[in-house]
Amino acid sequence: MDIIFENVTYIYQPNSPFQHIALQDVTFQIKSGSYVAIVGHTGSGKSTLISHLNGLTIPTEGTVSIGDYSLSKEQKPNDMKGLRSRVGVVFQYPEHQLFEETVEKDIAFGPDNFGIPKEEIKRRMEEIVPAVGLPTDVLQRSPFDLSGGQMRRVAIAGVLAVKPEVLVLDEPTAGLDPRGQREIMDMFYQLHKEQSLTTVLVTHSMEDALKYADHVIILNNGKKYMEGKPEEVFTQKDALHKVQLDVPEIVQFLMKFNHKFSTSLPFKKQTIKELAETIQHVVRGAESS
Amino acid sequence: MSKKLIEFINVSFRYSEDSPWVLRNVSFDIYEDEWVAIIGHNGSGKSTIAKLVNGLLFPGEGKILIDGREVNEDSIWEIRKKVGMVFQNPDNQFVGATVQDDVAFGMENRGVPRSEMIERIKSTLNAVGMQDYRLTEPHRLSGGQKQRVAIAGVLAISPRVLLLDEATAMLDPKGRKEIMQTVSNLLGKKGLSLITITHDLEEVVQADRVIVMNNGEVWDVSKPRDIFLKKDALRKIGLDIPFVAILADELRESGLSISREPLNHEELLEDLWTLYSKM
Amino acid sequence: MNSLIIGQYVPGDSYVHRLDPRTKITIIFFFIFVVFFANNVPSYSVLVIFALASVMLSRVPLRFIIKGLTPIWFLVIFTFILHLFVTKEGEVFFDFWHFEFYTGGVVQGVAISIRFFLLILVTSLLTLTTTPIEITDAIEDMLRPLNKVKFPVHELALMMSISLRFIPTLMQETEKISKAQASRGVDFKTGPVKDRIKAVVPLLVPLFVSAFKRAEELAMAMEARGYQGGEGRSKLRELKIGKLDMIIYIIFLSVIAVLFYTRTYA
Repeated sequence: MDIIFENVTYIYQPNSPFQHIALQDVTFQIKSGSYVAIVGHTGSGKSTLISHLNGLTIPTEGTVSIGDYSLSKEQKPNDMKGLRSRVGVVFQYPEHQLFEETVEKDIAFGPDNFGIPKEEIKRRMEEIVPAVGLPTDVLQRSPFDLSGGQMRRVAIAGVLAVKPEVLVLDEPTAGLDPRGQREIMDMFYQLHKEQSLTTVLVTHSMEDALKYADHVIILNNGKKYMEGKPEEVFTQKDALHKVQLDVPEIVQFLMKFNHKFSTSLPFKKQTIKELAETIQHVVRGAESS
Repeated sequence: MSKKLIEFINVSFRYSEDSPWVLRNVSFDIYEDEWVAIIGHNGSGKSTIAKLVNGLLFPGEGKILIDGREVNEDSIWEIRKKVGMVFQNPDNQFVGATVQDDVAFGMENRGVPRSEMIERIKSTLNAVGMQDYRLTEPHRLSGGQKQRVAIAGVLAISPRVLLLDEATAMLDPKGRKEIMQTVSNLLGKKGLSLITITHDLEEVVQADRVIVMNNGEVWDVSKPRDIFLKKDALRKIGLDIPFVAILADELRESGLSISREPLNHEELLEDLWTLYSKM
Repeated sequence: MNSLIIGQYVPGDSYVHRLDPRTKITIIFFFIFVVFFANNVPSYSVLVIFALASVMLSRVPLRFIIKGLTPIWFLVIFTFILHLFVTKEGEVFFDFWHFEFYTGGVVQGVAISIRFFLLILVTSLLTLTTTPIEITDAIEDMLRPLNKVKFPVHELALMMSISLRFIPTLMQETEKISKAQASRGVDFKTGPVKDRIKAVVPLLVPLFVSAFKRAEELAMAMEARGYQGGEGRSKLRELKIGKLDMIIYIIFLSVIAVLFYTRTYA
């Protein structure tokens, strides 16, 4: 599903002393099947932005379209449930939403609410539980007996079991250890590819944005600050520093290298291995000259 | 060699008789004026160590000495004065109604006279750069600011050891920077040892020594430079390797002879420059 | 949102804000008491003037005061009408259909309404100019004599202040969890009552779980920071009766004197 934001403004408690403009005149497009990273500081409007994606908030001004669903002050979809079943959201610390007695019931909670038949839920569970890296014997256990990392996986499985077309991830790896982070991010990327999902990742990690996204949107103070391919956005060091964001480490290093060696090696999303190869050429270059 | 401040002697711990050991035969020393980072995957026993240091838990076997005194029921209040802790969740350790009330909490518990409290609130809030927020309520602060207040609260009781138990894990990059900045400002102070329990590689490379935990055991204790030489083994126990260390490996692979293990960009660039000039 | 939750405290530095919270509570207590002694125009006037002067001194914007009074308008009007109908004293004021209204009813109705108005005005002035934590401090201090009968005054005050501190945190948490569950297809807003009651379970369970976890971590953090109960503790927060408080007490005593002088003794 294509996602289109047209001049979206969102104001909390308008016309009150506590009025706060969370989003201001934001316009962008997310093509169906793409993987988009939304980057910005806490308070930049990221959370407000994503809660528009499944109609939890309705724009104060402007229009949000998700496939055939359209959200604006004048027009709310009648079928909000339909929208929410097509857009799955993994919130920050999603394990905080667990409440059922068993893991199985908790995973089934979402699909059941969306009217998916019991048989089908059961079938999906067999597929999703191993996919998120959970052993099948956890199904009958209480989610509250599991480790933090496992609880996180249960919550994620609950979202995936609805089989959404759009997957919204709000810092899905916060608080996990490095291995856990990598596993979860890789799993989402695999799903994204296999099921041609449209994925929206909200993250603080420039490294993750660079590694997985094919489009990056930078938010600052509720406004869209920059947008483009990762290799375009992440090489604009000065612009990013202006809003106190860093460029990914590989870009940082490349820039320092270029400065020290007076070269102008371009950044084109090369891997560390490829970078090493180029550097090696430059360093040895002196030999032949 | 400076003075031993913390000694773990063959410490084992489990929550109850029939549960598995969380820590097994852990021994290490931490010295005065030292910064030690403790790393390890979630569940490797890192946080248990923190709680043992502070007498929030007691060892099942072995013993722990803080400044020469064994940690037990009788000594905990003495020990908690020497070891100040900052926990992971900024919200769940903020007791006071305002910033200054929270900084005062630890001092109030120890019956510090009011006039002295006011002095120390001022100086510690200055030390963490929060002097402008003295009367602010916690829900108006960012995570990083709350953690700085927590650090001020610990400093106010002038401990010998400042222990940060994943204090930056729930913060955004900006908050992490704030904390790291605060911490490196403090390091100039004499007589304060720092223990950071962390996943953040930046904290690890800046430390004097690193203790690597794996499945409740001490896997390695050495300097960061030496730790990151063991890249494959570290990966196997679920830990991250800094970018420069990976790049250095790839460069070696491609035939360049990078001898020392670089800890930051500048070191690697320097080595590359030396190679370049020699060629 | 947060500013709304933390009571209706309006930050400021007026004379009323600067009063010791104990002074405010004491005066309000006695004010409520003496309101019932007013029984004629001059005695009511004295009280109304005192209350309105306090409001003006507090420099709290009028709209906050009015907002605080909204819930009682209904009550005031209701008691006014009630008195109109049931009090059969004085002369017949006018009659309408087959009801006769007496002047006594009107007078009584007005008097009761003024009392209500005054009571609500002064108590809301307390919460408008005093932070919850100041009120807690005052209560702790005023209850201190109860320590002698082993009443846990310090613990009570600490519990109150920690609860106040965590209200905004838990409100944010509630919002987050309800958003997460709404995304999983829970409908909090429409549908039959039975379904809506059921929809509260996925909200309450996680909220309790998280509150317990917070409590546990908080208790541990407090212990790590050397908390061992009220004994041997010193306090940063200090309550001080100052010149301003003395002035207010004297003014208030004069108000009472004038009130008792002007009221009618039948």
